[in-house]
Amino acid sequence: MDGIIQDFFLLGDPNVRWVLAGTILLSLSAGILGCFTILRRRALVGDAVAHAVLPGVAIAFIIVGDKNPVMLLLGAVVFGWIAMLVMENITLKTKISTDTSIGMVLSVFFGLGVVLLSHIQNSGNVNQSGLDAFLFGNAASMLPFDVIVFSFVSVVVIATILLNYKEFKMLSFDPAFGVSTGFKRKRYEFLMATLLVLTITAGLQAVGVVLMASMLIIPAAAARYWTDSLSVMLVISGLIGIFAAVVGSFVSFSAPAMPTGPWMVVAAAVLFTISVLLSPGRGLVGNYLRKRKQRQKSFKENILKYIYKSNEKNIDSKSQLQEIHQKFGQNGIRVQPFIDKMLNEGYIIRSNGLIELTQKGEQEAKRVIRVHRLWELYLSERLNLKSDHVHDDAETMEHFITPELETELMNILGKPEKDPHQSQIPY
Amino acid sequence: MSKSVQIPPVEVHDLTVKYGEKPVLWNVDFEIPSGKLIAVVGPNGAGKSTLIKAIMGILEPVSGYVNIFGKPLDEMRNQIAYVPQRESVDWDFPISVQELVMMGRYSHIGLFKRPRKDDRQIVAESLEQVGMTEYANRQISQLSGGQQQRVFLARALAQRADIYFMDEPFAGVDASTESAILELLKSLRDQNKTVIVVHHDLHTVSQYFDWVMMLNLHLVAFGPMESTLTEENLKKAYGGRLNILSKAIHLATQQNYSREK
Repeated sequence: MDGIIQDFFLLGDPNVRWVLAGTILLSLSAGILGCFTILRRRALVGDAVAHAVLPGVAIAFIIVGDKNPVMLLLGAVVFGWIAMLVMENITLKTKISTDTSIGMVLSVFFGLGVVLLSHIQNSGNVNQSGLDAFLFGNAASMLPFDVIVFSFVSVVVIATILLNYKEFKMLSFDPAFGVSTGFKRKRYEFLMATLLVLTITAGLQAVGVVLMASMLIIPAAAARYWTDSLSVMLVISGLIGIFAAVVGSFVSFSAPAMPTGPWMVVAAAVLFTISVLLSPGRGLVGNYLRKRKQRQKSFKENILKYIYKSNEKNIDSKSQLQEIHQKFGQNGIRVQPFIDKMLNEGYIIRSNGLIELTQKGEQEAKRVIRVHRLWELYLSERLNLKSDHVHDDAETMEHFITPELETELMNILGKPEKDPHQSQIPY
Repeated sequence: MSKSVQIPPVEVHDLTVKYGEKPVLWNVDFEIPSGKLIAVVGPNGAGKSTLIKAIMGILEPVSGYVNIFGKPLDEMRNQIAYVPQRESVDWDFPISVQELVMMGRYSHIGLFKRPRKDDRQIVAESLEQVGMTEYANRQISQLSGGQQQRVFLARALAQRADIYFMDEPFAGVDASTESAILELLKSLRDQNKTVIVVHHDLHTVSQYFDWVMMLNLHLVAFGPMESTLTEENLKKAYGGRLNILSKAIHLATQQNYSREK
């Protein structure tokens, strides 16, 4: 283990240095390009192209006879392009839908690739060992020359995106408007498609064709959770890609029999899951907490309202607490923690066993009742709803109406005295 | 400006458009006068948006051509501005209001370059004109329908063009946005700009616009409001979708379709 740490993390092994640099560049370019891929809803196209390059790789090997990365790259690019053209033309010229054509191209091309690969494996060519790494990737098997070629491709991809950032943004958001300003839509679609094929091809050996598309999709999808700015999204997506690359390469070196691609995908997926759960704003946990907070707020406001009304009716102390527990303690909800919390926050006090509102509590209760009644009045007066149909809606809205909205309601309604049921509106 | 009085801002010659399987536009031919607010009306599927898109080169016509101030469209791109339908884009796209409006400047900025100071100045002014200055840094998904429409208008204003094409800018906006947009259209006209608007509301058309173009797969009528918005023309434009023309077009597109295969 010490040896691995020395070789890997301290970059003691020169081969590690090469491979790590290569996979990092590769994942960075995939992460950046992937943002545009998912924003243009082309994730499946990316996956299809990734699978479709396999026969190109195999044919290049059959022709050349060894694993020259430049030739493999060439074969892959040609087949990536053929796949794109076939998909586009099937959708354009026949009545077959887009997803069907993507599915067909993906499986047919990939099937062809596997057939060719098994042919090569049976042919007894000594150079073929390691060709199956193209399926699931094997970063550690990359030679320095492979790394140089694939890294060069990645750098070209990244530089092209950065140089044409503004145009790619236009292409992804509103290409029709772009055309009206003289933007060459076809040119940029072609350019982006080429970058896609190149990026996928660059990941052939490190990640493999089966999973390469996920390096385009997962980091970008995760990055979208953290930001609403495209440029920041590119950076985050690139960083997630790099993290995955480091994890995948590390596994590949510490256990050479392990395929790299799946490990990179797993690493990226972990970050994706964290993003889905924890990102502020869009994350599920945050959503849940916000909803729960709102529910607790409504519950608290309902109790305050109830106390306010029961005090008006002068109910004796014993039955008051009992009634609160009875009314609010349904469905197994424990009421006592809420009461304790409100005591702590100074909304209510105990006096002579009776629960009374403090000034703060009374104001809050009045506010809730006021917006409830204002809302009822608004619904019945302005939207002509029948006055016996407005209570349920107000019962919900009273917890959501902000002070600004309340002011607006007041402006519309004047300062009304009574609600549609002739109850006094408290101010 | 005297030049533009003689040469029409937009000249459309025998434009015919095929649009996948859908009905098309047949032999549309007209000249648009300058400094007018022009409404394009017609029933659903009459080809109103298609006409605008074809004029701007977003859809390729089968035949016919468009001149802008007497010159081919491609030489005059910077003279025209476009407000697409609001639903045509993904409003969850990760950009800010400011970035969206800046897209109106891209063709002026040029390749590989970043926005300059005066581009940012123009964007700020355009946002000011539609009353959206305080939203400049908001993400576009946070906007209401009316605000989205205002931002689209600001992007067109940032193009600093002489001719404006707008596709249903009044669709689904609140009353205050509607009057704000109308004020803006009028101020554009007062600067002798030409504004062509696809409009769906026949009740307001005579109130809002100077000229009207009535469309139903072909040009039904085009001219000043009073003489053109007649009951007879309305009947021609809106009277029944399945007239002989649309049947013929349907047949033609179907046959074309099988021939291509």
